[in-house]
Amino acid sequence: MAAFAFYLFAGLLLTSGLMVITTRNPVHSVLWLILAFFNAAGLFILLGAEFLAMLLVIVYVGAVAVLFLFVVMMLDIDFKALQRGALKNLPLGLAVSGIILTEVLLVATGWQPGQGVIAHEALAGPPEGMTNTQWIGSQLYTRYFFVFSMSGLLLLASMIGAIVLTHRRRIGNRRQDIGTQVARTPAGTLGVGKAGLGQGVEL
Amino acid sequence: MIGLTHYLAVSAALFVLGVFGIFLNRRNIIIILMSLELILLAVNINLVAFSAFLHQVHGQIFAMFVLTVAAGEAAIGLAILVIYFRGRGTVAVDQADLMKG
Repeated sequence: MAAFAFYLFAGLLLTSGLMVITTRNPVHSVLWLILAFFNAAGLFILLGAEFLAMLLVIVYVGAVAVLFLFVVMMLDIDFKALQRGALKNLPLGLAVSGIILTEVLLVATGWQPGQGVIAHEALAGPPEGMTNTQWIGSQLYTRYFFVFSMSGLLLLASMIGAIVLTHRRRIGNRRQDIGTQVARTPAGTLGVGKAGLGQGVEL
Repeated sequence: MIGLTHYLAVSAALFVLGVFGIFLNRRNIIIILMSLELILLAVNINLVAFSAFLHQVHGQIFAMFVLTVAAGEAAIGLAILVIYFRGRGTVAVDQADLMKG
């Protein structure tokens, strides 16, 4: 059963990954990306990392993919023009990808845990009665606290960066200036004039 | 029996799909950013697989940090994409070398 689930999730993950890069319509690409994230979350659950699986769904599907969807739909992009010359890079891409795949698979199939890792394994595993989430929290907020704070700072920096990059002051729109509004007095704005017959009033 | 090697193979295949996507869609920066997300997802699968099979939690914690970096990178990348589109009217990045000295 676990094997069936693994092959299902892995197959769907790789299929949707392939569809992300080959689909012509970028909106479809984002939707395939969402499917890929869901299947990766399934793989994480199979591995026993439930917290990260939920985090993947919340962060990737809920934030990143929706951000992509926003940008794809917000900008009026001519995607037909972007397709031109795509096949020109195909041989080079296939060559580089083939080399990387061969090398990584060689490493993955030939890897054996080192002596230090094996020695460590004996006293590893979650402490008695701890769930996956508690286990992560017990390490993240103690041993990794500095890195955790730094990752928060990183998110703050990227938020400020994104705002500064995309913010623009529009020229010609009428903004409310509260100081000017409050400083107005009746003496400066109200006046009584005489309207001559057939001449109107000069303001 | 599904072992560590199976997960590493899936992760390697996903990583290569991401690299191949960058080559295939060299002009379309949106697809390039999505390919980067695929690559980071492959890295995450690798980390979590090792974490699970070595009974250590550190891999999962590092996967969380990778997730953070991926989210920040997507936000900044899309912001740059938006201002690039505003200035050029296109997202074709193969001519983005106009500012080179």
